[in-house]
Amino acid sequence: MKQDYSYVGKSVDRNDSYGKTTGHAQYTADLKFPGMLYGKLIRSTIAHGRIKSIDTSEAEKLNGVKAIITAKDVPSMKWGLSPARFDENIFCIDKVRYHGDKIGAVCAVDEETVYKALKLIKVEYEELPAVFTWQDAAKEGAPQIFEEYPGNLNTEIHHHFGDVDAALKDAYYVRTDKFQGQRTYHAFIENHASAAYWDGDRAFLYSSCQSVHYVQYHLCRVLGMKMGNLTVRQTNVGAGFGGKLDPTGLDFAAVILSKITGQPVKMWYDHAETFLNGRGRHPMTMELTTGVDKNGKILAHKFDCVLEGGAYTGLGIASSYYAGSLLGVLYLIDNYKFDCRRYVTNLPPCGAQRGHGQPQPRFAFEHHIDLVGEAIGVDPIDMRLINARKGNSITTAGYEVKSYNLVGANKMARDASGWTEKRGKMGVGRGIGVGNGGFVTGAGFCQYRTDYPHSVGMVKIFDDGTRAYVYSNAVDIGQGSDTVLMQMAAEAMGYPYERCQMVTGDTDLSTLDFGAYASRQTLMAGWAVKRAGAEVKKKVLAKACEMLKASGRIKEGFGYLDGPLTPEDLDCVEGIVFVKQEPAVKLTFEEVARKYFVDHGVLLGRGWYHPGKLGGNHKGAAVGTSPAYSSATQVAEVQVDMETGQIECVDTWDVHDSGTIINPKLFHGQVHGAFYMGVGETIWEEVKFDKKTGKLLNGNFAEYRLPTALDMPPVESLTLDDSYEPNGPYGLKEVGEGATTPTMGAVANAIYDAMGVSMTELPITYEKVWRALRDKKASGK
Amino acid sequence: MSSFVVDKDGIKRYAVTVNVNGSDYTKVIKANTLLVNLLRDDLDLTGTKRGCELGDCGCCTVMLDGNPVNACLVLAIDCDGREITTIEGIQDGEDLDIVQEKFIEHAGFQCGFCTPGMIVSSRALLNENPSPTEYEVREAIAGNLCRCTGYVNIVAAVLDAAENL
Ligand code: FES
Ligand code: FES
Repeated sequence: MKQDYSYVGKSVDRNDSYGKTTGHAQYTADLKFPGMLYGKLIRSTIAHGRIKSIDTSEAEKLNGVKAIITAKDVPSMKWGLSPARFDENIFCIDKVRYHGDKIGAVCAVDEETVYKALKLIKVEYEELPAVFTWQDAAKEGAPQIFEEYPGNLNTEIHHHFGDVDAALKDAYYVRTDKFQGQRTYHAFIENHASAAYWDGDRAFLYSSCQSVHYVQYHLCRVLGMKMGNLTVRQTNVGAGFGGKLDPTGLDFAAVILSKITGQPVKMWYDHAETFLNGRGRHPMTMELTTGVDKNGKILAHKFDCVLEGGAYTGLGIASSYYAGSLLGVLYLIDNYKFDCRRYVTNLPPCGAQRGHGQPQPRFAFEHHIDLVGEAIGVDPIDMRLINARKGNSITTAGYEVKSYNLVGANKMARDASGWTEKRGKMGVGRGIGVGNGGFVTGAGFCQYRTDYPHSVGMVKIFDDGTRAYVYSNAVDIGQGSDTVLMQMAAEAMGYPYERCQMVTGDTDLSTLDFGAYASRQTLMAGWAVKRAGAEVKKKVLAKACEMLKASGRIKEGFGYLDGPLTPEDLDCVEGIVFVKQEPAVKLTFEEVARKYFVDHGVLLGRGWYHPGKLGGNHKGAAVGTSPAYSSATQVAEVQVDMETGQIECVDTWDVHDSGTIINPKLFHGQVHGAFYMGVGETIWEEVKFDKKTGKLLNGNFAEYRLPTALDMPPVESLTLDDSYEPNGPYGLKEVGEGATTPTMGAVANAIYDAMGVSMTELPITYEKVWRALRDKKASGK
Repeated sequence: MSSFVVDKDGIKRYAVTVNVNGSDYTKVIKANTLLVNLLRDDLDLTGTKRGCELGDCGCCTVMLDGNPVNACLVLAIDCDGREITTIEGIQDGEDLDIVQEKFIEHAGFQCGFCTPGMIVSSRALLNENPSPTEYEVREAIAGNLCRCTGYVNIVAAVLDAAENL
């Protein structure tokens, strides 16, 4: 299946190399427009309460303040990223629901004046009792945060495939374990920013977001605008990891303020506000029960999960489904029960973070299955090999899985890491652990109901053939999608990659793509631009055929052609069109393209992608169904200081079953970054709030502890050579999110191997380890 | 002491002259103006990023008289008469600096937001210590957070740059 390609599979440099290494790459906060005003949001200073009054009069008097808006000045239509749960307003109308909720916005001539104005705004509240944990939210008589969610229950899911209870009865060994995850945060370094201006009835918005399309859709829906009247644009984005998918208060406020003032308005979050904007990982409370036969084969699995959602739904419904929907893709489990509840609380909303709802359940399952294996005397990797799914199969929930080599990933990780020589043999304090994971390659459905294709691509060849413009609103938030999309388009066209240019980040100029989430772009936008490139090639070959015939060059020496020269006799590679059986007879792509332009006008290719009907019919099947699934195994080796509890992750291996790798250099970068986030969440990261007031305590990178270069272990990133996904363009599938999902399990299992105490609560901090070791000593075991 | 004028609210505005990337700029600023804002807002040198504004992330790193500093923690007034090198001043005319080249070659960046600070810190290290160990590289960039790369390719890029200075 593998072919020789010119660009696919090559580590070409990123297309944004020059700009990003010289400081010339622009991000939203770098933009300046003549007459530009600066704006910020007004935020709630209590966690739950009714707004009695908002007094902006003092602030309005301040020299330089241009406009102040609150709920009364903006449309009251609710919005959200989960279609069945629109529960967020631009600004709070009667109630605030968390400390930091959005109350309004101010704009002024400069930053300093904005901050001064914010201090002069007085909001009076009738304070209401608040809840900060799901346990409190679920209590009888708990304060109601939303009328529409009685008992603060935002959603519940009950999936049951097969017959779990019967299978557990027959099991050789049954075990139940409980786990607790924590709230984490994407922690991109670029804070959200938006800038807007108007031209007549047309608005233009720059947003540091993950989807220009969703921002455009949601803003237009709420503001009552035609989508053709709002252009959403984008500069470089300083990463997102799920935290820039929801439109922000800045997006809405910038558009409205610039309309009111008639001047461009730029708005931004400071660092703590990005934490308040939230949408990071849900803390999950998990209980897992597994029954196995004596070889370790899983007979039944029960997963009970509660998500603490924070104040709004956001993408939380999808997060809830993702918590349980992908387990059956990794492992063969005929009898599976998944019960899930999501509660709202008076904290910033949780949402999607790299791997979406999956990483914490992966942590729980991967550690749990080690404990099961230990009890029956089966090695962790053997446990995984016995239960791993194989390719070309259908899950219990009905998802179709084409390529899938989790078995190969486990074996390769075992061999590369020296597992057999190390496991259990490295002495007290040193340990090695394994974890599996993987992810969807794009979601099967749009986030709102539509029959649009998921991605549309276009290639336009410049008049004289010296440049190819590749169109797609797939969003490069740093993962390198622009580069790999151009590699695929160039390959499909037979045109030099170096002469391609991306036209993206503009809903007017470029073509629809739903954006950067669910690890979808390389496959979906990849299909769209590959098809667009193929159409260009087809036109080029037809024109070249015509030109060759007219030139008379093919009269002699072409005895091997049965009839007249046809486009099928030609090919085009790296900008040269040639006769396949006589490559010396050739034209340049440029001259052919130029002739095409002279004869017909612009040379265009178009492509689009829709996943079509995918597997799964149960309620909620939409979250988890995908054209392709990656799988991955990670092994981590740690050193635990048995006195202080300090954990050092010393070495790691990752094997990702990712189909064809379009750009190995960028691929490995995804694995490194994914592992980095995973190890941070395992050991150090947690967003904390004051238990009485719900006030954010550590909205900064000194106290929200990201791993530094000194904490990060080496990562050996390996791939499976024969991995090929028939549903992906050029045989590819995802890497970006899937590689985060095995990490917490692998590291936690290594910690267990090192210290002999099972740590079931994230993050596994030094202090928790120290306490666990102390308790172990005290109990004399 | 820099000369100043007093505005109508009685607030002093100081004239400072800073040498940025080899050119002198004279600007009138307030006593509390941060270097990062002077560079970005007054000189339009937006390559220096503003992230945490608290000294935690390092994306605002510039060289002040050759030493890497967080521009969000330095008062512009303290830079009067001093030399600053920003990311825009790292390259030599048309030619990229070896650190920049190696960042490209190793894909030592993804979103690129930490990159200006990361490159300035790395260059400052190599100016002081042209053959650092891996640990010394990690130590030198420990104040520059990167959420995208796990530092793996960054460290590789800096070590490779050192080899090719
Ligand atoms: S912006 Fe200066 S250290 Fe973060
Ligand atoms: S490249 Fe994104 S923060 Fe470093």
